[in-house]
Amino acid sequence: MVDFWQIIQNAGVELISPTTAAYALAALGLAIHFGFTGLVNFGQAGFMAIGAYGYGISTLTFHFPVWGAVLVGIGASIVFALILGVPTLRLRADYLSIVTIAAAEILRLIFTTNTLEAVTGSADGLSGYKGGFADLNPIPDGTYGFGPWTMNAYDLWLRIVAWTIVIIACLLAWQLMRSPWGRVVKGIREDEDAVRALGKNVYFYKMQSLILGGVFGTIAGMIFILPRAIVPANYATTLTFFIYTILLLGGAATILGPVVGSIIFWVLLSAVSGFVARAQAAGWFDLIGMSSVQAGQTRFILVGIVLMLLVIFRPQGIFGNKKELAFVK
Amino acid sequence: MEVTGLIDRRWTRPLVALFAILIVALTLGGGLSASADSINDDSDWQIKGNVKNDGEPLGGVLISVSGNGFTGEVKTGDDGKWSVGVPEGGKYTITLDESTLPKGVIVTDKDGVVIPPTREVEFGATKTALSNYFLGVGVRETTSFFDQFIQRIFTGLSFGLLLALAAVGLSLIFGTTGLNNFAHAEMVTFGALATLTFAVDFAWPLWAALIVAIVLSGAFGFVLDAGLWRPLRRKGVGLIPMMIVSIGLSLALRYLYQYLYGGSTRQLPGADGADLKFGPISLSPLDLLSMGISILAVIGVAFFLLRTRLGKATRAVSDNVSLAAASGIDVDRVIRIVWVIGGALAGLSGILFAFYRPGVSWDMGFQILLLIFAAVTLGGLGTAFGAVVGSIVVGLFIEISTLWIPSDMKYVGALVILILVLLVRPQGILGRKERIG
Amino acid sequence: MSSDVKPTKGSPVKSVDMHVGEIVPGVPKKDPIIVADHVTRTFGGLTAVDVDHVEIPRNAITALIGPNGAGKTTFFNLLTGFDKPDTGKWTFMGKSLAGIPSFRVARLGQVRTFQLTKALSLLTVLDNMKLGAKGQKGENMFVALLPWLWRKQEEEIEAKAMELLARFKLDTKAEDYAASLSGGQRKLLEMARALMSDPTLVMLDEPMAGVNPALTQSLLDHILDLKTQGMTVLFVEHDMQMVRHIADWVIVMAEGKIVAEGPPDAVMSNPAVIDAYLGSHHDQDLGEDPDQEKENVNAIKELLDADDKS
Ligand SMILES: Nc1ncnc2c1ncn2[C@@H]1O[C@H](COP(=O)(O)OP(=O)(O)OP(=O)(O)O)[C@@H](O)[C@H]1O
Ligand SMILES: [Mg+2]
Repeated sequence: MVDFWQIIQNAGVELISPTTAAYALAALGLAIHFGFTGLVNFGQAGFMAIGAYGYGISTLTFHFPVWGAVLVGIGASIVFALILGVPTLRLRADYLSIVTIAAAEILRLIFTTNTLEAVTGSADGLSGYKGGFADLNPIPDGTYGFGPWTMNAYDLWLRIVAWTIVIIACLLAWQLMRSPWGRVVKGIREDEDAVRALGKNVYFYKMQSLILGGVFGTIAGMIFILPRAIVPANYATTLTFFIYTILLLGGAATILGPVVGSIIFWVLLSAVSGFVARAQAAGWFDLIGMSSVQAGQTRFILVGIVLMLLVIFRPQGIFGNKKELAFVK
Repeated sequence: MEVTGLIDRRWTRPLVALFAILIVALTLGGGLSASADSINDDSDWQIKGNVKNDGEPLGGVLISVSGNGFTGEVKTGDDGKWSVGVPEGGKYTITLDESTLPKGVIVTDKDGVVIPPTREVEFGATKTALSNYFLGVGVRETTSFFDQFIQRIFTGLSFGLLLALAAVGLSLIFGTTGLNNFAHAEMVTFGALATLTFAVDFAWPLWAALIVAIVLSGAFGFVLDAGLWRPLRRKGVGLIPMMIVSIGLSLALRYLYQYLYGGSTRQLPGADGADLKFGPISLSPLDLLSMGISILAVIGVAFFLLRTRLGKATRAVSDNVSLAAASGIDVDRVIRIVWVIGGALAGLSGILFAFYRPGVSWDMGFQILLLIFAAVTLGGLGTAFGAVVGSIVVGLFIEISTLWIPSDMKYVGALVILILVLLVRPQGILGRKERIG
Repeated sequence: MSSDVKPTKGSPVKSVDMHVGEIVPGVPKKDPIIVADHVTRTFGGLTAVDVDHVEIPRNAITALIGPNGAGKTTFFNLLTGFDKPDTGKWTFMGKSLAGIPSFRVARLGQVRTFQLTKALSLLTVLDNMKLGAKGQKGENMFVALLPWLWRKQEEEIEAKAMELLARFKLDTKAEDYAASLSGGQRKLLEMARALMSDPTLVMLDEPMAGVNPALTQSLLDHILDLKTQGMTVLFVEHDMQMVRHIADWVIVMAEGKIVAEGPPDAVMSNPAVIDAYLGSHHDQDLGEDPDQEKENVNAIKELLDADDKS
């Protein structure tokens, strides 16, 4: 029979998992780009990859301490944002989308190529970089929490750090968006020529926004690799599309939307794929001849359909302003 | 605080160019090369072998394996052995890099007769395939750099032309509706999968399967427009939301293909013809046929756009929708036809791509989606002829660049070129600037 | 709303005697704010702007008129750095502006509005206004994080914005999204927003187009008011009545060139100007003018049909 209690428990784990936090932070970065500034960045996966590899390579190849590795990652993402932004931020929005998606893919191919295997680990990726972060853990060994949220000291440490970062990032973004800086950026989203005519250096603001959201993505990339290994295949375009789904689920021009979007996304995804897998094993889908491999693939089909339905029927997301909806084109 | 002027064009352009050169230089330098004598040990499918020079094992020889979308390189260990894990069964090309052999030594067969260093292996009943090399003293008549260059130009043209088919469709759709259709990749895959279904699963003759596949691809374009895009246009959904809808559609369709056809790569019949030699160039009859079909299709589209009433209406819609509507052009009908043509061209492109790779797989379109976008952008968004030029540039660049950069990095070059061209000509090669105010 | 508008009593006071020597196209002014030389801009084979020499008088209202497609908007784009000329240079208050990006031009005190209104739809009317203010500390990303550094300035800006909105009868709309405004109200908002920066020169591209007659009078009053406040106004307009009413000086463009200029009454009786309007039927602009549109439509129809016969 299908064990619903187990499905709910597994879904509950996702509620506070570091992966959920990482996606929330990456989506918040994208909210700054897309929701607030109107920059169609399709390369958020690239920023995350820079965080992951920046941290991994600095730790493994150069033996940097944790703070050094984090700074390298952030520095690299600023350089990446500059390289993306300089040629494209003066162009029409669709050019940025194509260049960012291309740049993210270039990064992935560079991280995957055999030529650089000694540093990047090629298709196998990297592991064994977590020591420094674990050493910083002040929490004594033991078992903490209850129910689905039972965890060891490292997992607890990781969750505390991950969600603290998410909260700080939210506060930062919230303060920025209610300041005159946020006003300029939102103005650029509406019509950059108008803002230019008011004497604002639009190019420069777009660059700042690209860097800020990119750095959020990069830090998200670092949180993302702490519970797992670095595998280049994780940073394909699909990652960016998942983050868009999360962003639109919560509301593109909101601060809490990306966080709540990420939680809903992961809890639902876990519940749905858990259900499909177990139901398939229990023979519920034998009529349509679904195999266990196929059961695993349904989640992607569902994400795609949800993304479409969201944009069509609730473009402002769960947290978006109803009043705005009347005017959303 | 005055924050302007920090980003100054004068030095940022060289900066970006410098970075691009750096990437290329890094890859060219090849300072860091493969060192393991085995990769992907945990994969189920393994290709193994050893290298012996006059009966003695030889270490440090570079072997590369490619096929079914996979590429990998190893160096033989001191025992002369190597192994490469590959993601799936099927046919693979193995190449021994003779420049890593001692001087004067080349690949021979057991009896010391000189043979090419590149060969194919195919998995049989087991999940392990063997490929041993024997070496001996000898001289090889190598293909000169120039001959390789010519060969690459032809392969690049053939690839560029098949890209052009997909790119023209994408560009027409963009031109008439403003949509950046990410699901175009799935329209490409559709053609190949349809051919596979009819030609292999139903065992129809190839020509019949091809015709049905192309017709179905056009019908697929029609269905997408009538069932999804037209209602969205009616609803007044904006262009960026529409683009995101196309991303969702792309995800859903791609994994639906995987659900229905599985994750493996399957071959179309007739994919393995013998090569014809034209001087330095060796081409399979299929390559020639593929180029011929692509050229005919491109000419067909050109004729349609320049000479027929409907084609001109299409250009009028691309130019200015409201004006075209006011002139009595049925804009919805034009867009519908553009989707049908776009779908058929994408399907054809997918079929040709299936022969080019070779193989049909669920995500084959997605693998070249970025190249299609790069081609369209290079040529100038929304200009159909620009898309053809852009595709050929991309195809040529990818193939020719493999003379210098590792083949698993060949797409990088094309994407870097895209960024560099946008620096110099933001409106693309054949595009035009927009007006302000 | 029209009932709130103060009727203007009599005709506005016109500035006169601003030129030096005989009135010909390109005549020097006693106190020019803008001096442009040899400014040309081509699009493909079409020469949209070809201005040999023109001077805009300071603290006066200058109208730029001309048939559709004469190049007025393009000339505006060039002067404000939104477009790059093929050749030419120009100065604003003695400072050369060629090659200066648009946002710097605005900071120097030369602000413009657009022919196709650019209200920032998903910002409130008040935020639209606040965006116009110059030198905001909180627009620096790092200062923005420290609200106590910019809060006081923000309050001042808000007070000023409300005051301006009241003048433009938009104060009741302050908290609404700009998207909810009518076309005419957007024109007003765009103009009010431009004034937030205390500009020296205001350039208005067809400020009256699409504005209903009830609002027109109040807009005219605003424009006249700008002059009394010491600003210079350069505006594009098709309604000759209005031009005659408020302009101190009129410059006529046709096919990219300045074909005539002078005080309104003199210019409007100039045969060269009438010629310019009559001879404008072969231009290619796709403006809002219905006749123009019909002409283009017919051209396309002809193109389409030509082939059916062959
Ligand atoms: N970006 C552009 N690309 C091509 N042609 C352009 C562009 N901008 C303007 N033109 C052409 O330049 C000419 C001048 O246009 P402009 O908009 O300056 O006219 P205008 O005087 O403002 O007309 P209107 O009174 O109708 O607003 C027109 O023929 C127009 O078609
Ligand atoms: Mg105009």
